[in-house]
Amino acid sequence: MDALAPATAIEHGPSLRQRLAARGFDAVTLLVIPAAIFSLLLFVYPFAFGFILSFEPKAGGWLANYQRFFSDSYLYDTIANTLWLSVPTTLVNLLLAVPIAFRVRLMRHQRLLTTILVLPITLGTVLVAEGLLNYLGPQGWFNRTLMTFGLISQPLKLVHNYWGVFASLVITGFPFTFLLTLSYVTGIDPALEQAGATLGANAWQRFRHIYLPLLMPGFAITFCLSFVQAFSVFPSAVLLGEPAGITRVISIAAYQAAFEEYDYSMASAVAMIMGFVQLAIVVAVLAARGLFYRGPASGAKG
Amino acid sequence: MTIALSQFDEVRLDRVSRDFGALNALRDVSLTIRRREFIALLGPSGCGKSTTLNCIAGLLPVTGGAIWLDKNRVDTLRPEDRGFGMVFQNYALFPHLNVRQNIGFGLKMRGRHKAEIDRKVDEALSLVRLQGQEHKLPGQLSGGQQQRVAIARAIVIEPPLVLMDEPLSNLDAKLRLEMRAEIRRIHNELGATTIYVTHDQDEALSLADRIVVLRDGVVRQVGTPKELYEAPSHLDVADFMGFRNKLKGKVIESDNGRAIIDVEGARISGVARERLLAGSSAYAAIRSDDLEAGEPGPNALKVIVDTIEYRGREFVGTAHTAGGLDVVFRSHQAVEPGASVYLRADDQRVLVFAEPIQGRS
Repeated sequence: MDALAPATAIEHGPSLRQRLAARGFDAVTLLVIPAAIFSLLLFVYPFAFGFILSFEPKAGGWLANYQRFFSDSYLYDTIANTLWLSVPTTLVNLLLAVPIAFRVRLMRHQRLLTTILVLPITLGTVLVAEGLLNYLGPQGWFNRTLMTFGLISQPLKLVHNYWGVFASLVITGFPFTFLLTLSYVTGIDPALEQAGATLGANAWQRFRHIYLPLLMPGFAITFCLSFVQAFSVFPSAVLLGEPAGITRVISIAAYQAAFEEYDYSMASAVAMIMGFVQLAIVVAVLAARGLFYRGPASGAKG
Repeated sequence: MTIALSQFDEVRLDRVSRDFGALNALRDVSLTIRRREFIALLGPSGCGKSTTLNCIAGLLPVTGGAIWLDKNRVDTLRPEDRGFGMVFQNYALFPHLNVRQNIGFGLKMRGRHKAEIDRKVDEALSLVRLQGQEHKLPGQLSGGQQQRVAIARAIVIEPPLVLMDEPLSNLDAKLRLEMRAEIRRIHNELGATTIYVTHDQDEALSLADRIVVLRDGVVRQVGTPKELYEAPSHLDVADFMGFRNKLKGKVIESDNGRAIIDVEGARISGVARERLLAGSSAYAAIRSDDLEAGEPGPNALKVIVDTIEYRGREFVGTAHTAGGLDVVFRSHQAVEPGASVYLRADDQRVLVFAEPIQGRS
């Protein structure tokens, strides 16, 4: 090819700037530098630091922290406890969000409803936990109402156990799940559904054969993001749960290692295991996402 | 041919109306479509042509009137129960399904057996000439191919009525001509009944057996392409049929279907298309092809030439009168911009319309 280039081009050649620009580097590329520094200092470095720290235990060989974690049921059970909270709540949130998003999509006063639904996200988990503690407690309105109507004779135990944390995770996680779901649902060209209808598909068939396959990749992303949020549950597991028992989640184990035993190395190991479990789930879900169509969800040429 | 469209005698729109809040998108549209007809709904954007189609398809509920398929009332049915095939402006192909699955979708929803679906889809593929493309996704097809898939998908369910909503508007000019011929061929081969929405009068004239001109949600004229082209009944229909010159004047006299109007002092005579009262405002509508540069005399108007374009066999020019009326004309000789010339039209070629009443008429 070079032999065909005009002589002048060989003499001068494209400038360094032109050659870099051809590979996608130009002055605009410099704009990523602040973000790169930020993530280097606040993510990459602490992560690497914790990773190395986890292999420098107080006593024993370099894997001692991990050996301890996986030989002590009080520690390794936290993985199951956390999954047992985070997976069902994420699924419940997704299952609640989908029908609501389908309805909200058609509404005129969408913004008002969206604001109401999103409100819990602004309150913070601690406030929601305190509120639930009162509302769902043995003397709370919920139990009192049920008893007044004679539906139950004893107050239901809804806090300081699994269900308290479950409720809190659903309430605080829902807005986020809903907003993501809504954006995916509204991203699908309504003409596709109309086409489905004229071709004889009833409402369920249109959902099953048109919406669902097009939404699955979006649902997978929504699941991952909501799951990661729920997996790192801490305040509500302590305040609303049974932090010594069924809701002893993995972040509690890390907290105890760091601030009760002052064993930062062990705490780092717990954090690494926590990260690994999240990563494994996310990778599995995203791999499953690859089985679905992932192109643009519009019926037009584009 | 195993794709056999369900047959019927007529589809009847009986005073169909559709309101969007305070706006009447359609007012009392009545229309009878006979079996095997190709009907074009023609009009400018916002005239209600797509609304009409969506009401027939069931995608929009009507707010008044009824739609009948022979003796059966269909406007109360859900779209999936009407069984009309529809081709959308943006094709609305299912992006996650390949060509074969897209075309077979309607049959699958009806729970047909796989062998039957395969046979009919094969036939639809050959009808729209897409063999060999059946395993591609819509995103891998060109616009024209996507259009063919959309047509195949709509006809394979053997609908009594095929509805097409500006199906060619997303294609380039050359492909549009090609697909226009294809659509008519498919219509003829299947013996289909088609309602075709377009804002392009050429498309309507070349495709349709009958054209329905809509304006502001009201049917303005229904007729064969020839009737509409030669004898538009209103000024706005004439405008749509290529009468680009509309010369405003006062009626001097009108009788026996003839009229003479005074346009800036010139006497222009033509065919009266509406009832005209002497002294009232009227328009003389003339196609640019029928307005020729020539000598002063009867039916001639003096103008100043603005632009002149060479078009091979002849010249096409724009000009204005002393009173500021803009006109488009043709000429066999080159005329200079700025020159003063007389434009003549044969009085058989001039249509005279009453001035339309302002607002909705």
